[in-house]
Amino acid sequence: MEIFSNILIYFVIVPVLTLAGLALCSNKGIKAIRTVAVAGASVLVALAIYLVYLFLQARGAGDTSEMILRTDVTWFAPFNIKLALGVDGISVVMILLSAFIVFAGVFASWKMNPLPKQFFLWFYLLSTGVFGFFISIDLFTMFMFYEVALIPMYLLIGVWGSGSKNYSAMKLTLMLMGGSAFLMLGLIGIYFHSAADGNLTMNVLEIAHNDAIPHQWQLWLFPLTFIGFGVLGAMFPFHTWSPDGHASAPTAVSMLHAGVLMKLGGYGCFRIAIYLMPFAANELAWIFLTLTGVSIVYGAFSACVQTDLKYINAYSSVSHCGMVLFAILMFNTTAMTGAVLQMLSHGLMTALFFALIGMIYGRTHTRDIRDMGGMMTIMPYLGVGYVVAGLASLGLPGLSGFAAEMTIFFGSFEHSDMFHRVLTIAATCSIVITAVYILRVVGKLLFGAVQNEHHRELTDASWEERLSTATLMLSVAAIGCFPNFFVNIISDSFLPVVKALGAMI
Amino acid sequence: MDYSQFLFMPQEIGLLFVFLLVFIYDTFMPARMGKHLPMFATILTALYTVYAFFPCPDSWGMAFGGMFESNPATWVMKNILNVGVVIVMLQSIKWTNDDFVSVRRGEFYELILLTLFGMFLMISARHFLLFVIGLETASLPIAALAAFEKRYYESHEAAAKYVFTAVFSSAIFMLGISFVYGMSGSLYFQEIGSQIVGVKSPLLILAVAFVIAGVGYKLSLVPFHQWTADVYQGAPTAVTSYLSVISKGAAAFAFMVILVQVFGAVYSQVWQWMLYAIIILTITIGNLFAMRQRNLKRFLAYSSISQAGYIMLGVIAASQVGMTSMIYYVLVYIFSNLAAFGVIAVIERATGRVTMDDYNGLFKTNPWLAFTMMLAMFSLGGIPPFAGFFSKFFIFVGACHTGSVAIYVLVFIALVNTIISLYYYLLVVKAMFIRQDECVIPYIDSHWTEEIALTVCVMGIIAVGVASGIYTFLNQVTETITPMFNMVG
Repeated sequence: MEIFSNILIYFVIVPVLTLAGLALCSNKGIKAIRTVAVAGASVLVALAIYLVYLFLQARGAGDTSEMILRTDVTWFAPFNIKLALGVDGISVVMILLSAFIVFAGVFASWKMNPLPKQFFLWFYLLSTGVFGFFISIDLFTMFMFYEVALIPMYLLIGVWGSGSKNYSAMKLTLMLMGGSAFLMLGLIGIYFHSAADGNLTMNVLEIAHNDAIPHQWQLWLFPLTFIGFGVLGAMFPFHTWSPDGHASAPTAVSMLHAGVLMKLGGYGCFRIAIYLMPFAANELAWIFLTLTGVSIVYGAFSACVQTDLKYINAYSSVSHCGMVLFAILMFNTTAMTGAVLQMLSHGLMTALFFALIGMIYGRTHTRDIRDMGGMMTIMPYLGVGYVVAGLASLGLPGLSGFAAEMTIFFGSFEHSDMFHRVLTIAATCSIVITAVYILRVVGKLLFGAVQNEHHRELTDASWEERLSTATLMLSVAAIGCFPNFFVNIISDSFLPVVKALGAMI
Repeated sequence: MDYSQFLFMPQEIGLLFVFLLVFIYDTFMPARMGKHLPMFATILTALYTVYAFFPCPDSWGMAFGGMFESNPATWVMKNILNVGVVIVMLQSIKWTNDDFVSVRRGEFYELILLTLFGMFLMISARHFLLFVIGLETASLPIAALAAFEKRYYESHEAAAKYVFTAVFSSAIFMLGISFVYGMSGSLYFQEIGSQIVGVKSPLLILAVAFVIAGVGYKLSLVPFHQWTADVYQGAPTAVTSYLSVISKGAAAFAFMVILVQVFGAVYSQVWQWMLYAIIILTITIGNLFAMRQRNLKRFLAYSSISQAGYIMLGVIAASQVGMTSMIYYVLVYIFSNLAAFGVIAVIERATGRVTMDDYNGLFKTNPWLAFTMMLAMFSLGGIPPFAGFFSKFFIFVGACHTGSVAIYVLVFIALVNTIISLYYYLLVVKAMFIRQDECVIPYIDSHWTEEIALTVCVMGIIAVGVASGIYTFLNQVTETITPMFNMVG
């Protein structure tokens, strides 16, 4: 079995083994469940770091192939469906991000109650889908893993969530599955036009090199795939699942969903929609640029008027994820680099936010900022964490948000025409709005007067909460201080896409 | 008469042997041995299923002057049905030994085996006379089965509804055939097929419509579906599960053979558009009605109506890929639906409760039943990594293979309906896992035969999709009958 000699497959095997291990634990044995969950997450982090090392080594040795660690194993021969593995710089950093967030998520749900075993089972099924999506380059397997990652959300929110969880869980699942209905039709269409000579294929690289999709087909396959992934990327007007879903989800699920799952949307738009259909991408970019532009500003404004901490953060995610899609649609290397940095930055920072909100909520049992205040004196560790996340979100130099947003806006401004410039300026305004809602929350929640005397008896973070948040805070700072390290990994991955787009202009 | 022709029908003859043995056991064994009859019949059928899986050499060909065809595709289809029947039998062993049913348990197994024989004839028939014999054999005994719970009023109602619909549909079907006979002077599929090339007459359109209506009732395609919900609800659950998967699977295969072999020449002129409209109606109406059901048997009745619409997507492709995907879909559907019905049967037998609200909080008391039901719902809804996802994807790909934009639109409508169906499948999951209830169903100690049946279904749901060899194998099988599709135009 040659596939087992490829390290990438272990990103799927490890979560599956963790699932099996969890299934063997008894319902009562919380220690065993935690041990298995932590072991799985640690192995994933170690694998991800090793993968980065392998990637840098391969590039350092002069390997300039588009994807490294390629393995093809035929799966469904009649449709030429393969288990095609391969990574480029973008997938590598995405895998790294996912591993860190899974790791932090396990510790954030340390005291999960009730049914911890079932919770971690679904949690790891979701992780399997996420990793599977990033390692595969075959349309069918990508789509399959994409859906594997979606469905556990229903039960994770429905069983362990809070608030109007039934409504949110159903809304989120149906909207995301609705997106995947578009996507499936788009993928089938791409498959049937993947090769001019009749050797149909599902392999992304082969389809891109064949470049055989007729232009009139691209014009309606591109919107199908872009909207399909855009729903998950919370693109306006398909973002409405996001605030409800995030607000109702349990902490670790919000972290994983906002931190990683929404990135699947951006990644898919880039890897499938734009890369495979550059003609239609050029033709139709203006529609989606406008929509994502609206996402950015609208999300930021909505966040200003919310009083529920999770809603604030969910709308802020709409705004930041809109920026990812916005930058991807700028079609130049600088902006696209910014987009991937923004994915990393937003993933870590939002996961940190949601982890902190979950921890605060676990103590105060409210998420309404009007009922809280003075948290900085009561729980200084969590308070400092919140400030770090907030400053990263509004783009303070030295933290991840600055590096990402600066790159995006520099890249966007490279376009000299009026349309792009106006949109860019509008999008830039969101930074200011972000500062408004972040500072409003920080001022009220952390430094305001204590609203409830009972809150004075609350304790600060426990060791596992400190571990979870410290991982994320250090990562946010690392991206902010050493963005070049990440830029070096990802930068050459854009060349084939930009080349394909350039050939169209 | 050349008796060696019977070598072409090893599966049918084996089935008749099983039937005769069960009949002899039922008639001649002393009454105290009667309680072992269900087990006897099930083990015998299981052994026969294994036997039938190994084809005799040189058993492919035409028999009885071309009335009966045996080829790899019919062989594989019959095997799939056999597997389903074994699961149904396993699920009903406990039920047939209940006090009220046990006096008639012999009939249950005999009638199931006989109707299966009728379905085999439908699958292999290449002449309309034989086909009608098969159709009737496969339909009428089901009315007796539906009336099996004599003490319930609903069961009688179900039987009456079924028998009237069946008779009426057969009449329409035969009227359609008589038109065809008048036009072509033959009842052989292939002869008719070559006779009607280039024919453009309203009579032909009427004939096709009648044939579609006649077989469509067995598949419960809209607008021939009215009997479905009442019969599914009233009939005993074992009969319902048999009706919903085995009967439907056989009819789907036979339907495709008739449409392609007899009416293949008028595909794009006549029946593609009829089927197009029927598919949209079937999927959509099945889904919309399913959303409102509280009784789970009615719920699965409407869900299986919409599933029949998805199966028809393979038929409308009228190609080898379409046929492979259709057979594969039926296989997956057998496992998924039988898992769902199996859980319902267990709970109904133990507590008599069948509404969705009764399932509230089921996960707390019966985690394995709830887990099985959840897998069944996910598979029916097309969620990976379960088999239903693969079968849905492949049937869509099979349909799009024709390449016309209209079919892409059809697939899109089907995809949107998948989301609607997901909504109501998730309602069941929500009841079991999320909702709470004071009078939750207590722990049920299910019988080991039911557990085996459910385990087989769960393994099927998990393995049939991921194990790509099954689809590849089916593809090789249908490649042997590719010439059948040459007529399509």
